[in-house]
Amino acid sequence: MTLSVSDLSITRGGVPVLQGVRFALAPGQALVLRGPNGIGKTTLLRTIAGLQPPSAGQIDGAEDRIAYAGHSDGIKPTLTVRENLTFWASVFGAGGIGDALRAFDLDDLAERHAGNLSAGQKRRLGLSRLLVTGRPVWVLDEPTVSLDVAAVAMFADAVRGHLRQGGSALIATHIDLGLDAETLDLAMFRATPRPVDDFDGDFL
Amino acid sequence: MIALLLRDLKLAFRAGGGFGLGLAFFLIVTVLVPFSVGPQSSLLATIAPGVLWLGALLACLLSLDRLLALDWEDGSLDLLATAPLPLEAVVTIKALAHWITTGLPLVLAAPVLGVLLNLPLPGFSWLVISLLTGTPALSVIGTFGAALTVGLKRGGLLLSLLVLPLNVPTLIFGAEVARRGAVGMETSTPLLLLAGITAATVALLPFASAAVLRVNLR
Repeated sequence: MTLSVSDLSITRGGVPVLQGVRFALAPGQALVLRGPNGIGKTTLLRTIAGLQPPSAGQIDGAEDRIAYAGHSDGIKPTLTVRENLTFWASVFGAGGIGDALRAFDLDDLAERHAGNLSAGQKRRLGLSRLLVTGRPVWVLDEPTVSLDVAAVAMFADAVRGHLRQGGSALIATHIDLGLDAETLDLAMFRATPRPVDDFDGDFL
Repeated sequence: MIALLLRDLKLAFRAGGGFGLGLAFFLIVTVLVPFSVGPQSSLLATIAPGVLWLGALLACLLSLDRLLALDWEDGSLDLLATAPLPLEAVVTIKALAHWITTGLPLVLAAPVLGVLLNLPLPGFSWLVISLLTGTPALSVIGTFGAALTVGLKRGGLLLSLLVLPLNVPTLIFGAEVARRGAVGMETSTPLLLLAGITAATVALLPFASAAVLRVNLR
């Protein structure tokens, strides 16, 4: 099933940031979002993940199919790597965590408390969560932050494997992942600034 | 859902999880009351049900600001909101975990502390019954307050101000059950009202909590 976005307008803090966003993401496809800081990449991804409503437009094929990974990894420092991952696997009702641990080279760290991991290791743990969700559409916000070159390659391999199995990925990133992916520059959808409707205006 | 409950319980019992905070506070308050009001056992027996209930209510408040804020800070809440669990279930489980780690220990500790306050003998069973009936409401109302203040830094003060008035009916009827029980009066009216409050909050507030959480996650 294709994830399709049409005429999407989104606001951040009441100010319109993007308008008329349209793209389609077919199974097996990856789409890389680019654009300068503040253009609204994160807001767009959160909207597609269902964390905030769009101000206009349509998102089709996203319901219960998205695995979202934002700036924070949702890792509990007092749980071990294995416990963190097992928790997400059981929330999503997916299978074992062995493949996910292997894909991001976390086997040796499995019994360590997540609070003792380095920033890059935490990110790898956060990304390995995607593999245990069993969801077809990965929505990733700056997934390679604090990853070293080897870990970026691991991540690119994981994305390729996911695409081969008929999944798709929507990735906001500034670096080249070496993926065979289309690129969408969000700068062309930049919203024209307009005065914000302040409903408290009369009262204040 | 079970996984979320088990994770929350595990987090609470691990180092820094905050388990025992409410219990310790409850212990401190009830131990100090006889020192502050004086050792007359008849006076202590009169105020014991009220003091125990007030202590339990304040102890329940203590851990509320961590209830959702920790999950919000580390991004877990975003991920849970996109997970197959409905947010209503998430907040219900969170309230249940809060009750197990805070409310239930208070219920179990209350009879022991009742001895310190010279609680009359018939009052013990009613104290436990009233706390067992009333504390789930405190957790559910507290979760609602935590959902309202989830994005705020240092939202603890606002949280207390929002939650305390909502807890007043539970306090009134809960303490009344314990008081009437202690002096051997009929307790069924306040107990039914207390149970009604708990049933209504458990049934309705998770929907309100989930709704405000959706707004706060934007």
